[in-house]
Amino acid sequence: MPRYVEDPRKINQRALDLCEKLLSQEKALTPKERLAIPQQKPPVLDPLERSRWQDEVEKTYLPAQAILEASRCLNCKVPQCVKGCPVAIDIPGFMKATAEGDFAQAVAIIKRTSLLPAICGRVCPQERQCMQNCTVGKGLKDVQSSVAIGKVERFLADWDREQADSAAPEVAPPTGKKVAVVGSGPAGLVVAADCRRAGHEVTVFEALHKLGGVLRYGIPEFRLPKKVIDAEIATLKRMGVKFHTNFLVGRTRQLSELLEEDGYSAVFLGVGAGLPIFMGIPGEDLVGVSTANEYLTRANLMGAIQPGHNDTPTYNSKKVIVLGGGNVAMDACRMAMRLGAEEVTVLYRRSRAEMPARAEEVQHALEEGIRINFLENAVAIHGDDKGRVTSVTVQRYELGEPDASGRRRPVAIEGDTYELEADTVLVAIGNLSNPLLTAATPGLEVNKRGNIIVDEATGKTSLDRVYAGGDIVLGAATVILAMGEGRRAAAAINELLAAEK
Amino acid sequence: MSELNKALEVIKAERALAEGGAEGNLVISKTWLSANVCRMVLQAPHIAKQRKPGQFVIVQTDVDYGERIPLTIADADPEAGTVTLIFQTVGKSTTELGQFEVGDYVPVCAGPMGKPTHIEKFGRVVAVGGGIGIAPLHPIVQGMKAAGNHVTLIAGARSRELIIMEEEMRQAVDDIIICTDDGSYGRKALVTEPLKEICESDKPDLVIAIGPPIMMKFCAETTRPFAVPTLVSLNTIMIDGTGMCGCCRVTVGGQVKFVCVDGPEFDGHLVDFNGMLRRLNAFKAEETCARERGCRRAALVKALEEMA
Repeated sequence: MPRYVEDPRKINQRALDLCEKLLSQEKALTPKERLAIPQQKPPVLDPLERSRWQDEVEKTYLPAQAILEASRCLNCKVPQCVKGCPVAIDIPGFMKATAEGDFAQAVAIIKRTSLLPAICGRVCPQERQCMQNCTVGKGLKDVQSSVAIGKVERFLADWDREQADSAAPEVAPPTGKKVAVVGSGPAGLVVAADCRRAGHEVTVFEALHKLGGVLRYGIPEFRLPKKVIDAEIATLKRMGVKFHTNFLVGRTRQLSELLEEDGYSAVFLGVGAGLPIFMGIPGEDLVGVSTANEYLTRANLMGAIQPGHNDTPTYNSKKVIVLGGGNVAMDACRMAMRLGAEEVTVLYRRSRAEMPARAEEVQHALEEGIRINFLENAVAIHGDDKGRVTSVTVQRYELGEPDASGRRRPVAIEGDTYELEADTVLVAIGNLSNPLLTAATPGLEVNKRGNIIVDEATGKTSLDRVYAGGDIVLGAATVILAMGEGRRAAAAINELLAAEK
Repeated sequence: MSELNKALEVIKAERALAEGGAEGNLVISKTWLSANVCRMVLQAPHIAKQRKPGQFVIVQTDVDYGERIPLTIADADPEAGTVTLIFQTVGKSTTELGQFEVGDYVPVCAGPMGKPTHIEKFGRVVAVGGGIGIAPLHPIVQGMKAAGNHVTLIAGARSRELIIMEEEMRQAVDDIIICTDDGSYGRKALVTEPLKEICESDKPDLVIAIGPPIMMKFCAETTRPFAVPTLVSLNTIMIDGTGMCGCCRVTVGGQVKFVCVDGPEFDGHLVDFNGMLRRLNAFKAEETCARERGCRRAALVKALEEMA
């Protein structure tokens, strides 16, 4: 039995007791009583132990906890939380059903608008979306005390997956039309589901040998277990969606051939960002310097985390420095810890308030013993005579005036540098758009950052019958935004194909 | 009866799954060109149709844990829908690939990756192939010849049995010069010797060198004083092969380039070969393979350094 911060049996007992007490009341809970219910904390693995293995850190709510947490929702007349959700899930609706113990109904409400709740519940930055607007959080003057919407969503999705009779969504009668989806990441999966539900024949083309895109190669097991992705893809397969791996549209076959020769009536491009940015500092070509993309791909996609499988190994790192402050940086530093590093330091050139990573990931990283040095950045990497990394020169910063992104600009403090020992440096400062497909496709318009230009209402590109969404349009963003874009494009595709009947 | 109907439904669903998810490339033929050089023809209709000289594929022997190995395409038949790969069994992954037999499916063969060779009429083209580097040169010299170039091939290897594709190459080029380290066939020389002589006597308009990194490095050094444009085809360690991870990066003319999407061909006079060799040795597997060839490489480097 793994060690938890608090024994799940105790957590369960406490939740059951409180639930019973509240349910035994004759009348409905008053807002005051709802606010008095403590926010539920799911079972969490002990930080020191978990930082050495890949198990998911935070477990799913116990049923009694889900009911309690949902009971904290005030069912506001004008729900502000929904406005914060990129796909506008009926949050008060599924909270009410959950509080009443009708999990099946709650799942049905979520699935009306979101197709991948098990994934979104885990990886959405809720504190900047639904939870940011929650009245409970406002009342308690702390966004982290809002109703834990994502955790309830995740509970429901996990509960649904465990139900033997969990049916694949219904599919409309065949329309005889074919839709191609390029890329099997979050945007692509959503389009596949929505277009298939409308009765079209859908084929997903994936460049890599496994499905899921960034969900598979990027987000680690300890944050999003692979079985969750597998289950979502299995559902799509049961609905009749076809998948082709090792198929690069733009290389293996051209976009124009899909439309003109293979009989596809529409194509959705969800190929992701996926072109890593380097720092452009001396020493970046030393052995031991890699992008976080490479490090995480080796670990997640290529199986380097599995003992005994080292066909595609990771570096045997002891002192690791991670550059960046986003979710990828957090995933990389926590993965390094799990793969045996003794000292992991994250350098981020702004302060904690500006960090783009989810608050929960930052907190988990700190708990696991990772050092995050704010207002610091690498300016040079040094190596030994064999070209292996030995240390990094770190520059200290202070915050100046706000920049174009609205965040205060970090300004280097002249002469304030020091040396930090390291054998591995992981660069996690972002991605540009991958030009593999766009460069091979004449007439497909992109902006100067390489992102595909689309019509905001429909996701349509400059090419007829070709739609796009997700990171290839937005630049590196989030899973839920990619999903939102996918839904919009799928609706436009379904509308186009219905009109041509 | 109703139970049978249910079974039929299951079979139908399974069939759909098998068809939707059927992946892998059938091995059509396999020949050993020498003790550890294998020629494998794989069914890959899309790649056979799309590929151009200079491009490569990514092959995996196991979909869960297999390394993603970049292999250049030696030939393709768009009619038959096949591609020909020629590889040397040096490490774990290539050894495993060599164990696939006719009728087996290689789980992953994805591509074509990389930028094609720029083919036009340059005039006099000299292609230099070292060891299995001769294989990827085959479609390139064919293309160059078809574009109206006079093509000379300098083929080098350790000994006679390691000179591959001699017949095909003789048909594809105008002249062929064979060099072996031990003198068992052709000239007893390193490929840089005849290359230097050609540069002195009849300066080529373009040199394309494909082979071990150290050979490409010294070919570039040989042509540099004559200012002959020299292309090299790099084979660094890759993972995805689509530009996503940056593992294959090299410094070319002071800029970071990705071999998988910016290459594999680069201006040999601008490639930082020392940095590339350092990174090639970053992983154990590479070290093991280097160890096997260590003595030969050390001797080769010494000879080349004396010459340069």
